[in-house]
Amino acid sequence: MTTIEPAKAEHDTARQSALPSQRSTATRGTRIIGIVAVVALGWLVAFGLGFSPADRDQDESVRILYVHVPTIWLAYLAFVVTAVSSAMYLFSKKKSLGWDRAAGASAEIGVTFVAVTLAVGAMWGRLTWGVFWQWDARLTTTALLFVTYIGYLAVRRLGGSHEQRAKRSAVLGMIAVVEIPLVHFSVKMWRSLHQEATVANLDGDTKMDGLMLFSLFVGVIAFTLLYVWLMLHRTRSMAMEDLLEERGLDEALAVRRAEAAETATAATSAPPTATMKTGSDS
Amino acid sequence: MITVACLIAAKDLRVERRSKIVTNQVLPFAGITMVSFAFALDKQNVLDTVAPGLVWLATMFSLLVIVQRTFAIETDDGALDAMRVAGVDPRAIFVGKAMALGFQLLVLEAMLFGAAVIFYGESIPSNNAFGSVVLLVTTMLSATCGLAAVGTLYGGLAAGFKGSETLLPLLTLPAVAPVLIGATKAVESAVGTSGAVVSEGWQWVGLLTLFAVAAVVGGALAFGPLIDD
Amino acid sequence: MEDAGFILGSYFLTFATVALYAWRAVRSGRKVSQQVPDDEKYWL
Repeated sequence: MTTIEPAKAEHDTARQSALPSQRSTATRGTRIIGIVAVVALGWLVAFGLGFSPADRDQDESVRILYVHVPTIWLAYLAFVVTAVSSAMYLFSKKKSLGWDRAAGASAEIGVTFVAVTLAVGAMWGRLTWGVFWQWDARLTTTALLFVTYIGYLAVRRLGGSHEQRAKRSAVLGMIAVVEIPLVHFSVKMWRSLHQEATVANLDGDTKMDGLMLFSLFVGVIAFTLLYVWLMLHRTRSMAMEDLLEERGLDEALAVRRAEAAETATAATSAPPTATMKTGSDS
Repeated sequence: MITVACLIAAKDLRVERRSKIVTNQVLPFAGITMVSFAFALDKQNVLDTVAPGLVWLATMFSLLVIVQRTFAIETDDGALDAMRVAGVDPRAIFVGKAMALGFQLLVLEAMLFGAAVIFYGESIPSNNAFGSVVLLVTTMLSATCGLAAVGTLYGGLAAGFKGSETLLPLLTLPAVAPVLIGATKAVESAVGTSGAVVSEGWQWVGLLTLFAVAAVVGGALAFGPLIDD
Repeated sequence: MEDAGFILGSYFLTFATVALYAWRAVRSGRKVSQQVPDDEKYWL
């Protein structure tokens, strides 16, 4: 959960002296994480497509799982972070919008990862089962999870004050935690034929080849770094979007253009907040 | 709190009795949905098999319309804000509105089941008619509690905002998926679809009851923070 | 090796989607960064 707190990275002095203002959400910290993530993703490709052996039962299609499994794990993690941040917002005394933005950013990333998981899983299913989709418990729950969090993101865009948005979405983020197990339980009663979880089974004995397990491990590391990197960028830009919406575009511009602010604040005629549309959902 | 909830429920039903929106618009809508299903699934034996699911699917669609309506009457003239300012317990508002919604849903479900009997040729199996009817009624009651609670919660969440009409189905349908599954399976047992027997239905009623309890408790807790800001 | 298309495709799809999302995240961050004074950026 350390990802939520901003890393206090130092100024990038070379850039800072050249420009009057820091023009991106990047810091030295995020650049390092980003580079490591890209390297790790390269490793994942090398191990997943190259070094790791073909499976006895699944043959080459097992390679898809090195991206399929890490993305869904990270999506679950993202939604857990959303739920925890929502709870922190609702139950902490100081209702910090930082928690709300962390919840929103995490849900956004989670939705992206689930979308990837579903698409890639369909490809794996085509190779292994012969069909793109099976109505089994885990697939169906994941599809409903996907839709639920798309709804969550839509609720965040409903409008109203930031506090209203935070409260509404925090309540929904908490409801989803109750909803998803219920959905899963009922769909499981309905039917089930997904292969049992191999690594995360509670018996502890993992039944995978060493190199396969390592490839999966590389994937988890790579996507975790990616998640952290995306979280930092998204929370930062969401913070700025909130700030701009609050102040109005004109005033923020005026502040940045030094001390000619007095004349600008007099003309606070309906700031065009609509221009701050993010549109970074996917 | 119960008294206040009953007052709110009575008010909603009185509004409905005078405006007749649900009677004159939602019930016919549900009816045409059932007829449309028959057009889409143009085989008598298919209709026989899927009728329980269609009844519940039509119920869900109608639920969305009724929820839309029940919150439109609150937000159009700021009645929800007025109740909040007047210090009405939000849990009472939630329970009251859910009760009124549930009552309307029950009427609708009874009508839809009648439509399934007439149009799709469903019938209560004669060998265990009493058991079937008990299962059917219990299923309707427990499913309705869950649907009404979820509908009221999400209706309140989206109420009064631009785009709430399109948002409501997106939020509600995944959340009520357990009800669709459980109620369909239970009704299949009650009417003996493809050899299902009554005793198999009760586990699904269990699921529906669990869902209803979770939805009512969760909804009552969450409704306060949702509407007071 | 008829599976290769699906396997390579799944990797491509994953990385392309994530890259697109990351690019949009960075771009939107850049866009708003230019309108916000540095002392409001808590991470600096």
